[in-house]
Amino acid sequence: MTYKVHVRVMPREGLLDPQGQAVEHALSALGFEEAGAVRIGRAIELDVTAGSRDEAETMARRMCDKLLANPVTEDYLLDVEED
Amino acid sequence: MPRVAVVRFPGSNCDFDALRAAESVGADAYFVWHRDPDLRGADVVLLPGGFSYGDYLRSGAIARFSPVMQAVQAHAAAGGPVLGICNGFQILCEAHLLPGALMRNAGLSFVSKPVDVIVERADTAFTCDYEPGSRLRLPVAHGEGRFVAAPDTLRMVEAEGRVVLRYVAATERSPFQPNPNGSANHIAGICNAEGNVVGIMPHPERAADRLLGMTGGSGFFTSMVTSYQHSSNSGV
Repeated sequence: MTYKVHVRVMPREGLLDPQGQAVEHALSALGFEEAGAVRIGRAIELDVTAGSRDEAETMARRMCDKLLANPVTEDYLLDVEED
Repeated sequence: MPRVAVVRFPGSNCDFDALRAAESVGADAYFVWHRDPDLRGADVVLLPGGFSYGDYLRSGAIARFSPVMQAVQAHAAAGGPVLGICNGFQILCEAHLLPGALMRNAGLSFVSKPVDVIVERADTAFTCDYEPGSRLRLPVAHGEGRFVAAPDTLRMVEAEGRVVLRYVAATERSPFQPNPNGSANHIAGICNAEGNVVGIMPHPERAADRLLGMTGGSGFFTSMVTSYQHSSNSGV
């Protein structure tokens, strides 16, 4: 069974995110003064072949811990769906 | 003379500079390709600067899984000296040979300019020819050089005296900002607990030849030789 895994990697709360700050300033310069607390992360999609959704999620979590996210600076969220 | 392996990843671009700086102090320096699992009897390993794997995902994240890195891990675990410069520092952090991580510069810009640093650790295989507290002027060239670590890790690095280089302002009227990237505690370089693995953001290999206008970095390469000779004489 193939599962589609969506990974959302975000800079850890409290760490300076200069990209987010720069985009926030640009939004404000465009007149979107309502926008605040902009943070920029990364979205990764992949297919995982596994026997069950739980197994797919466990494997995806290991991929995140080993490579897709840096445990020092980033947090991640997983979403697993049947393909 | 020490055998010095300069590891080349796809995207390394300071490899020739590092090789030449090592050769200039008489070392037997040679390249090792990232797919090669053998360091060919290296006494010292240099991980040069550049953009390994195009900095895809995160700087150094993919290089960490190159076959050569297993050999580098083993060399480091056996106490062998390893110096990571710029991208090499990023790779050492990603490989967990050094704590912390290097993030996007606080000012967002890629910073390429000379900076002034203080040598805080003058007992490593790469800094033993400097006096502790020496000021050096070295070039930096990076977009992701902001050292960050969890608060307890940072406290440990400081408490154990593992800051090798720290950014300082040159003089009151210095044209250089003291900290080019917003790194924690103005850290420019650190070492592991044993002191044999060193990672630094500045480029000593670009300041090791009179022709390049700066020679403050040559001590990193002469230290390599001094420490090698010292350890061979003492039979360690």
